[in-house]
Amino acid sequence: MQPFTTLTATAMPLRMENVDTDQIIPAKFLTAVTKDGMGDGLFSWLRYDDKGAPRPDFVLNQPQFEGAEVLIAGRNFGSGSSREHAVWALTEYGFRAVITPGFADIFYNNSLKNGLLPITLPEATVNMLLDLVEEEPEATIRIDLDAQEVTLPDGQRFGFAIDAFRKHCLLNGLDDLGYIESNAAAIDAYEARPVY
Amino acid sequence: MSGQTLFEKVWDAHVVAQESGAPAILYVDAHLVHEVTSPQAFNMLRARNLTVRRPDRTFATMDHAIPTRDVDIMLWPSDAAIQVRTLRQNCEQFGITLFDIEGDVQGIVHVVGPEMGITQPGMTIVCGDSHTSTHGAFGALAFGIGTSEVGHVLATQCLLQQKPKTMAINVEGELGFGVTAKDIILAIIAKNGAGGGAGYVFEYRGSAIRNLTMANRMTICNMSIEGGARAGMIAPDETTFDYIKGRPYAPQGEEWDRAVTYWRTLVTDDDAIFDRELDLDANQLAPMVTYGTNPGEGIPVTGHIPTVDEIEDAAVRRSLISSLEYMGLQQGQKMAGQPVDVVFIGSCTNGRIEDLREAAAVVKGRKVADTVWGIVVPGSKAVKSQAEAEGLDRIFSEAGFEWRGAGCSMCLAMNDDKAGAGKYVASTSNRNFRGRQGPGARSFLMSPIMAAAAAVNGRVVDVREEIG
Ligand code: SF4
Repeated sequence: MQPFTTLTATAMPLRMENVDTDQIIPAKFLTAVTKDGMGDGLFSWLRYDDKGAPRPDFVLNQPQFEGAEVLIAGRNFGSGSSREHAVWALTEYGFRAVITPGFADIFYNNSLKNGLLPITLPEATVNMLLDLVEEEPEATIRIDLDAQEVTLPDGQRFGFAIDAFRKHCLLNGLDDLGYIESNAAAIDAYEARPVY
Repeated sequence: MSGQTLFEKVWDAHVVAQESGAPAILYVDAHLVHEVTSPQAFNMLRARNLTVRRPDRTFATMDHAIPTRDVDIMLWPSDAAIQVRTLRQNCEQFGITLFDIEGDVQGIVHVVGPEMGITQPGMTIVCGDSHTSTHGAFGALAFGIGTSEVGHVLATQCLLQQKPKTMAINVEGELGFGVTAKDIILAIIAKNGAGGGAGYVFEYRGSAIRNLTMANRMTICNMSIEGGARAGMIAPDETTFDYIKGRPYAPQGEEWDRAVTYWRTLVTDDDAIFDRELDLDANQLAPMVTYGTNPGEGIPVTGHIPTVDEIEDAAVRRSLISSLEYMGLQQGQKMAGQPVDVVFIGSCTNGRIEDLREAAAVVKGRKVADTVWGIVVPGSKAVKSQAEAEGLDRIFSEAGFEWRGAGCSMCLAMNDDKAGAGKYVASTSNRNFRGRQGPGARSFLMSPIMAAAAAVNGRVVDVREEIG
């Protein structure tokens, strides 16, 4: 897993609530047996019309937001299907962090396992960030995972919470498997006990 | 010290190790696998030279991408054929039991698991699929995981998990005529919001829940995820034990007795405390129907779509406006009378034999409206053959429905069962997301009897006026 330490980047405003994983990556892109190419399917329905032409009113198609590595969106982001493909699509497209007032549980977990940093901030703060980025697309946001802080160009800072263990894994690019495997003796012991 | 909730009992029984400041290492009793979310996990095993720790606790089926028409999957011009072949190879290589589309047992993973007796009280069950919550109907702790986690479970039979909070959902009273389990869960989500359960495990309690069949309990637990909760549980009781007894993977003989003795302890203690509670009066419920693009946007069929003035929360207002724009509906509009173009009866929410019986009773001797394309998709091969033995297939076919093979079908429209752009779908499935049932398709979620009544009328109706 790619470690996450700090990020200074522009952001893309997606002013929508309840962005479900079917929106992030529609089912037709789930037929792959590898992770490659998911970025092309990112937000496919919102991004293209039924003829496959880009919709100019959708943020991903707007040149001022090109190169953004932070996505800002409304509450209950990533709801619905457990498809990790949604996270793969976001990371392959180039996003490294998502800021919302709240994530669906499975999406949140999947993000952490792929080095995509999910940041939860109060809704009023997220709305303010959306306003800022819509008005000044060139504004760079700095995210410091170790300090658990988001800093705006004018110096305003917002702290965010993250589980200490998850933070450690992200900072060092560690995945769960090594940790679980280091407890092999405990797993053996667990399996040896009677169930009922 | 206060007592424990059902969830806490099952959780505690599965903690393999717990360091302070770290998530728990949780043991997984049963791991269900399907063709869509597993290939990359098996690739990870190969890349790291790992094996499957407990192939005997791992079960695979094919359901999401497969066709439900009577065609040879291998001749099917689709990537689905590659996924099916990949799953076969993976199961063969790693020694996993596969319920193959070519065999006698196959269907939607959340229908097949309980049917085979794999799902049992007190177990931890995971699958790379969010509707794994279905299995909580047996008093199991069951939840969906991502593909990375599928890989972890394959390799170690364990997962790293943060302990969720608990929410009691108390449903007291008696369901009125024409009101079903689907209406209970749609009402809960409408009340608590599509994201309202994030971070919680639900426990459904109360007299209205205890009176439900296993199929109905599964309908409710299935949609826990639509309320934002990863898992939903119902304490096991005689109804549960009766359902499991004699199924292929159920304990037998003396082991059965020991199992039932243990299962009876899996109830929330009287003095246990939940982090949150929510009450719902079953007597007050009417058949529900959704009008928007998330499952929380639902109303009684007797009601009207809210107007922005009725909503205080700015985000909910914004969501309503954008949902209605997509759906082509108006604020304040009644849902009763709204035309539908497609009717889909099936899915892991409502594709069981009980659901098909109820829907068949409504359509019997009637015709699907000329303007409607209707399909009925059994949740598994066992459901299909049972329905055929009871003549339900003929009732549906004579009414003008297409009678299909088992699979997910138009629930996620990954195969060729898609509603067209702009079409209105009366659906017994669980998600009314934009395009979920086909690009541009617009879904109304409802119970099987409501969907059946919509099919014969060509529009949304209050099923209570149709039967009785
Ligand atoms: S029927 Fe629908 S919700 Fe259920 S497993 Fe299949 S796609 Fe998922």
